[in-house]
Amino acid sequence: MALLQATYRDAGVVTVLDLSGRITLGEGSALLRSTIRELLADQRVRILVNLGDINYIDSSGIGELVSAYTAVKNRGGELKLLNLTKKVRDLLQITKLYTVFDVHTDEVTALRSFNNTTV
Amino acid sequence: MHSNARPNGYGGWQLIKMADQKHLDVTLETQVESVNLAEEMCLRVAEAAGFDEDDCYRIGMSVREGVINAFHYGNQERPEKKIYLAVDLTSDKMVIHVLDEGKGFNLRDVPNPLAEENLLSTSGRGIFLMRSFMDEFDVVPGRTGGAEIIMSKKLPSADGHPANDNDKGDQNATSHQA
Repeated sequence: MALLQATYRDAGVVTVLDLSGRITLGEGSALLRSTIRELLADQRVRILVNLGDINYIDSSGIGELVSAYTAVKNRGGELKLLNLTKKVRDLLQITKLYTVFDVHTDEVTALRSFNNTTV
Repeated sequence: MHSNARPNGYGGWQLIKMADQKHLDVTLETQVESVNLAEEMCLRVAEAAGFDEDDCYRIGMSVREGVINAFHYGNQERPEKKIYLAVDLTSDKMVIHVLDEGKGFNLRDVPNPLAEENLLSTSGRGIFLMRSFMDEFDVVPGRTGGAEIIMSKKLPSADGHPANDNDKGDQNATSHQA
């Protein structure tokens, strides 16, 4: 079971958070939480979470994504999702979260969708 | 099934009984690692029983959520408490039991995670996922005094068309969490 790996990069005013592996109870959820905190502490409030290499999310991981979304939104920022795998998309659909998150399939389009005004 | 079992000494769990080819009993420690272990074991059983990749995923996820429920809500993450996992392969279905040593709970008291006011909740989706992914699901008072989750999935050989309709999730959630 591949553990979660998280790296981030700048794309203009947006920070792209590339995740791979599993977002599950324990280390996976904890790493996502600490990474989001780190980004927010660094005033990075426009975050595009790339889930293209995430092959598994459990309820804890879903909760952590929701928590990240809320934390960023509370800071006046935006958190969007990119490249959902079928399993992740299905999970977000049956939990009705697909309508909560702004989900994109193309990085360029996703980056353009962010608000460019100062937060 | 015996040949697929992990050896004793893996740490944090104890194999207490593997009486025959169709029954598995495992006592798990109340720790995060037990979630992965339970999922792995049940995945092996499901694969051996002939479930396809999608159903194995659904079964694995449901076991995972059942043990998370026992770990977090049932046993309150208290390490002195145990989680009991049992798997039965009957002639037509795979039945999974997850027992905890908590206070038990009533399904009717579980908030509906699809309700507008709960959509942004950071927890409370485990029961919903198990109901969505398995053919049968119930929670009863367990012999341990806590809750016993009982869930099953029809074997692919039973009718050739295992039920795995994701849309079922909405109906289930609505019916039990009004």
